[in-house]
Parts: sequence; structure tokens; C-alpha cells
Amino acid sequence: MFEKTGVATREMVMTKFPPIERINRGPVAVVECYQKIPCNPCQTACPVGAIAIGDDINNIPVRDEEKCGGCGVCVAKCPGLSIMIVDGSKSDETVEFRIPYEFLPLPEAGEMVTGLDRAGKPICRAKVIRVMNPAAFDRTPVITLEVAREYLYDFRNFKREV
Amino acid sequence: MKEVELLIIGSGPAGLCAAVSAAESGAKVLVLERTFKPGGQLIKQTHMFFGSESQYASHRGVDIAGILLDKVKEYGDRIEIMLNCTAVGFYEDNVVTVLRDEKEYFKIKAKSIICATGAYEKSLAFPNNDLPGIYGAGAVQTLMNVYGIRPGNRVLMVGAGNIGVIVSYQLMQAGIEVAAVLDAAPRIGAYLVHASKLARMGVPILTSHTVKEAIGTDCLEAAIVCEVDDKFRPIPGTEKRYDVDVMCISVGLSPLNELLAMRGVEMKYVGQLSGYVPMRTENCETSIPGIFVAGDASGIEEASSAMAEGYLAGLCAAASLGHVPEDFEQRRREYLKQLDGLRSGPVGDRIRAGMAISKL
Amino acid sequence: MRINEHPILTFDRGKEISFTFNGQPMKGYEGETIAAALHAAGVKVLAKSAEKHRPRGFYCAIGNCASCQMVVDGEPNVRTCITLLKEGMKVETQEGKGRIV
Repeated sequence: MFEKTGVATREMVMTKFPPIERINRGPVAVVECYQKIPCNPCQTACPVGAIAIGDDINNIPVRDEEKCGGCGVCVAKCPGLSIMIVDGSKSDETVEFRIPYEFLPLPEAGEMVTGLDRAGKPICRAKVIRVMNPAAFDRTPVITLEVAREYLYDFRNFKREV
Repeated sequence: MKEVELLIIGSGPAGLCAAVSAAESGAKVLVLERTFKPGGQLIKQTHMFFGSESQYASHRGVDIAGILLDKVKEYGDRIEIMLNCTAVGFYEDNVVTVLRDEKEYFKIKAKSIICATGAYEKSLAFPNNDLPGIYGAGAVQTLMNVYGIRPGNRVLMVGAGNIGVIVSYQLMQAGIEVAAVLDAAPRIGAYLVHASKLARMGVPILTSHTVKEAIGTDCLEAAIVCEVDDKFRPIPGTEKRYDVDVMCISVGLSPLNELLAMRGVEMKYVGQLSGYVPMRTENCETSIPGIFVAGDASGIEEASSAMAEGYLAGLCAAASLGHVPEDFEQRRREYLKQLDGLRSGPVGDRIRAGMAISKL
Repeated sequence: MRINEHPILTFDRGKEISFTFNGQPMKGYEGETIAAALHAAGVKVLAKSAEKHRPRGFYCAIGNCASCQMVVDGEPNVRTCITLLKEGMKVETQEGKGRIV
């Protein structure tokens, strides 16, 4: 299915998420890279060595959830924009996502947007918490959004409502 | 007649890396570029590249062109780039004839030559496929990312390989609607991370679909698409109409290397490399000593491989002219190792098979 | 048809250039090709095919196919996708094979 639509199945997605206890403890990277391709900037970019690809550049990256502090440097570095940060430590009702967003106009903090799933289908509303676009991100802005917990494994993108 | 030590035809990723590599060894290099801007197709690539640091991974293609041109400047006394110069002939005495500014012809005689001429976009046969509004996907990328001009309002992308899905994403970045991406194959050919980027924007990717016909009088107005069965035969009754003013054709590239065939190097049709390619050694040297090939002209791959091949071909061409640096063997092995890495995974299966067939 | 805001790129257009297309005055910018300037002005039909007089637009935009050939300043078969626009250029639709002499 994934190879026909580009939409990862729930089973595939679950293999990339750490246990909920880890998510509730604080931010952590979810690396949604499912295919062996010659690419390793995530490993190079990680300042704490939490993402391992190894000698064969085609290996699928493995993220160490204990080493990873969810700093998010990898999010803007991944050429496939496959990485997001999830953080369940802020509240019992919501989770925070940090996702890359390379479109204009950028949303603003406080703005309500429509949350989309991996097929681009609207599933919820989400609140923009922060917009980060420093020079180091090289024109891949990273947006922090607050999303209801029930969408933890479905939320993947958003669209503005204006 | 102009006489040069090393002539490189093409200033894309392979040509520029070859020029830098050869100049670093001490060779005097002339690079021919047929357009008015060096960089080849890098200049329209707004996405971050894959690969490793050695091939500038995670940098955007357009910025890699800048990085390479800065390196060319470092060797300014040894590298000359001639713009608006199309190589049109390649003869037995290593004379290349060149058309400059679409007006005047002149000749260049070179001791060694690297052909880094790249590739061209394939077309697709269907009724009315010649209507204006139906463009190569790369052509639309040029129009929008080099000149900042929208190709139209609503696009149908034909082909779900890397170029098809990347250009679709870039069309959306330019504010253009992508109605759908279709591909006759049953599976997406692109790296799936690229496809997922598009899918989560809500763009449908339709595998096992093809274009039945285009509709329009002076320009494209609509496209009829249909499903195909496992033998790529259209399934009657599955037709759908898309009202679009642009259709992008992204059904693959073919190596552009007629100059090498004209010169008489040994050529072979290799399906895995997408067309006729020159037979060559692991050092990128063709069947005629002193004549090298690098990048898509030797078979269709990614830009990361083109750059590694360029560095290798430049090093080896310079060596064939007597410019052998002390660390020659170490560097040669390093480039070969990079290429092995880029080609070693499952997406490199096809390339490895093609390389084996075309090896001298 | 021009893109003014883009998330990755900035377009620094050169100075404005005047040219004519089939006698009509047109504007483009220094640093862009004839085909690009025409497309920005909404002109997609650049030529008519030799035998069936079908409309032709550009196809490859890198000077490889012959689809964008037009008559420029009286000279036929100019690849307008890689030829830069110049002040005062006379650009015309090419009907079939251009007459060289």
C-alpha cells in the first residue's frame, strides 16, 4: 500500500514511535524513514549521536530514544522531511509536534490551523505554538503545534485556514 | 583553432566536479556550456540533496551549484568556462566543433576530453501530446525556479519517479495546484520520503494510471486518464477527466551522448542505465584512451553520483595527461568508495546491473 | 504569471526590457530567455509545425528539443528557451521550417 500511495500504514508508523512513557517524559524525534536509500545527513547532524546509520549509507536510520533529547536539529536537515519531534510532557490532553513546513505564508503563533493526516485528510484543529526559521535551518521552517492526544499517531501536517 | 589540454563538455554537477578535480591536479581545463549559465540542472533544484557530506547532502541543489562555482574560481587560472557554446561535432583527431551564440562556428583541439553532457527528458506517446501546455517536468522546473514564472494554474504530473514528485512539491511551493500525480507502474518509483511529502499535502498519487489523451485546440485544456492492467493495457470504462492547463511529462531521462557515438567510442544499449551508453573502465575512461565520460551521459543516476563520477573522471583525465598527484591512488579509491556506497542499496540494484554490463 | 514570493528562492529580476511579439509591444526582464518572457505574458504558442500547422510550445527548456524555435530579428530556428531577451528584439511565431535564405 505504502509503495502505491506514499501513505505509511498505522503499523509502519507505530514502529517509528517510541513508547508513550518516553513521549510523556519530553521531546523525542520520530524518524519516518522506511526505505533504504543512500542518505545520511540525520546521522551527521545529530549533536548527541542519537541517530545511527552506520557504514552503509543505505541503512535505515535508528534513533536511540534515550540519547535523543528532541533538540530538533535533524528536522530541518532531513532531505526527505521525514523527521518530526513529539513531546507529551506538556499536558495530559495534548501533545506538541514540531514539523517542517516549506510553504508561504508561514502561520503565526497562536493561529488555529487544520491538522492533516499522512494522506492530507483533515482530522482535527491544531494551535500554532511557535514558528522557528533561523538561518541554520536553511529555509526549512519548523512549526510547533499543539494537538489533541487522540491524534498522536495520525497528525502529520497542517494547512492554514485563511 | 583553439588548443586546450583538457576539454570538458557540460558544466552540470559532473562537469564542474571534473573541472575542479582536474585543475586541482594541475591540468588546464576548458569547460563548454551551451546555455548562458553554468551549473546544469543544479540551478533549478530547490530541494535538499540526498547522499552524504562528500556530495553536499542536505544542501539545496541551487546552492551546490554556487559551492562548485566558488571552487572553480579558486582555480581561476586553470579553469575557463565558455558559455553559450554548444559542442556539435567530435572528430577522430580530437577536434570538437562548437556553435557559439547560435551564430559562429569554431574548433577546439584537446589532448583529453570528458563528456559530461547530461541527459534529456523522454516524451510519452498519446493523442495531442504536442499541445502547448504539455512540458517536460524539468522544463517547468526551469521556468518556475530559474525565472520565477508560473507554468499555469493547475497541473497534472505524469510520472511518479523522483523528478515527478519533487517537481510536484515545488509546484505547490510556487502556489500552483497539482491535481494528481500518475504513473503507469504499479509502484511509486521515487524515494518514498518524497512521495510521502506530497501525499500529506493531499495530492493523490495514482499508480497503474496513464494518459489516454490530451484535449485542447491551441493549448492544453484537459487530460483524460485511465487505469492500466498489469500488462500496461488501458482498462476501458476507467477514464477520468482532469481540467488542467499544464501537464508535466516525467517518464524518465535518456543519456545525452551522441558526441561520443560520433567520435566512435564503443556504445551499448543498457536498459538499466536508460539508453545507449559508452562502455567505460571503472575510471570513467571510454574505449578510446583519453576520452572520458561522467554523470548522466554515462547512464541515468542521481546528481550525487554525477558529482562523485565527475571528481573521479577529472582526477583520472588529469593523470592521463601526466598530472598525477601524490595521493592519486588514495583519492581514486575514495571516489570509487563513494560511488559504491551510493549504488549499494536496493534502489541501486538497477544501476549496479547496468554498470556491470557497460564495464570495459 | 510571475512568482513574487517563494519559500526557498528570491527572484532578482534585471531591468525591464521592451520587445515585440508578432508586432505587439511586450515587456520582459533582463536575464530571462525569450520563451520565459513570452510565457510570463501568457504566450504559450511559439511556432506552428511544418506539415500540419499544429501549435508548438516549448518542451525541454534546456535547448535540446526543437519545439521552441522562433524567428528572432528575422533569423529563423532560434532556440528561444536558451536565448536571452534583448532590448528591441523582434520575435515572431515561426511557421514550419524557417527560411534561411
